[in-house]
Amino acid sequence: MEGRASSPVQPGGTPGAPLANWGNMHEMAIATSVLEAVKTEMDLHPGTYPCKVGLRIGEMAAIDQDALRFCFEAIVHETDLESLALGIEVCPRRHRCQGCGREFVVRDYDSRCPQCASLETTCISGDELELAYLEVEEYGPSTVGAKSTQ
Amino acid sequence: MDRVPLEQKVLSENDRVAAELRARFQEHGILCLNLISSPGSGKTSLLERTLEALPRHDRVAVLTGDIQTENDANRLKRFHFPVKQITTGGTCHLDARMIVRHLADWKLEDLDLLLIENVGNLVCPSSYDLGEAAKVVVLSVTEGEDKPLKYPSIFFKSDLLVLSKIDLLPYVPFDIEAAAVNARKVHPGMEIVKVSCLTGNGLQEWMTWLEERRKARKPLAQETTQETMS
Repeated sequence: MEGRASSPVQPGGTPGAPLANWGNMHEMAIATSVLEAVKTEMDLHPGTYPCKVGLRIGEMAAIDQDALRFCFEAIVHETDLESLALGIEVCPRRHRCQGCGREFVVRDYDSRCPQCASLETTCISGDELELAYLEVEEYGPSTVGAKSTQ
Repeated sequence: MDRVPLEQKVLSENDRVAAELRARFQEHGILCLNLISSPGSGKTSLLERTLEALPRHDRVAVLTGDIQTENDANRLKRFHFPVKQITTGGTCHLDARMIVRHLADWKLEDLDLLLIENVGNLVCPSSYDLGEAAKVVVLSVTEGEDKPLKYPSIFFKSDLLVLSKIDLLPYVPFDIEAAAVNARKVHPGMEIVKVSCLTGNGLQEWMTWLEERRKARKPLAQETTQETMS
């Protein structure tokens, strides 16, 4: 994020164009990375436009969902990705018991195995910050006209 | 409508650069630590006392991050080890590229230990891998003992908790045992040392932890060299 041009995102910015230096805020840096990944992926799907990008965020990932949505909306505003929706799946913290192998969701920081009460459990998920999917739609005759005016 | 699986990390570019750094550190047998805390918890003081305790010829360097000013680097340069300030100009965390850039004119073969002081912030730095062998979180007794529960991510991801400013314990309502219990709720088995940079209390424990980590790193590099030679 650092060291990029600090000009605002150009309306109708093309895929691959540099995004603004809005990486100062943590969630803004994340939103910018998500949008860059979408633009890169779109190069592989000519004749389509992106409708929704899905993220998986672990509850231990230190990401504020509302702040992320706010930042995401701010950087797609008045670009050709303005209609791109953001889907967020929150992943709970899961542990596996080293004794009995049971996998379970940790609630209220209680990482004791619910089956055998062992404290020897290891974290297997919960700090995700991942791009899960992208939904794309083919341009129809009406959408082509609509896009070209932007 | 088509759904295309992406299956990649959001910060994959930072992770890629961090993995390259980690490989370089490993190749040169360097222990790299990433120190994280709220502003004012005592990261720089801990580094001052650490550098003061190390022998003059030791192969140690420090990168210290802040949003503005060279103040921390100036404080740490007194100890005659290589020190560089990273001023982020507003960014609330260090990222792997900043580390690469600031290491550019240091010879890694001259180093055994690289201490990175992150920007004072308990949230954002936890998402950015800097190629470190371990994160160390510093929590001072003038903060709340429930900090590990309020900011679990960084306590979860750090190998060591340094409870700092313990000389102030008689004057502040801080339950040090509760702090340890909370940290271990978030991170079962977390290692904890309690220090005062003012009185020197507990610093030996921190230095022992540091030296043990350095020793654990060394044979790895030697083994690699032997394998290459044989």
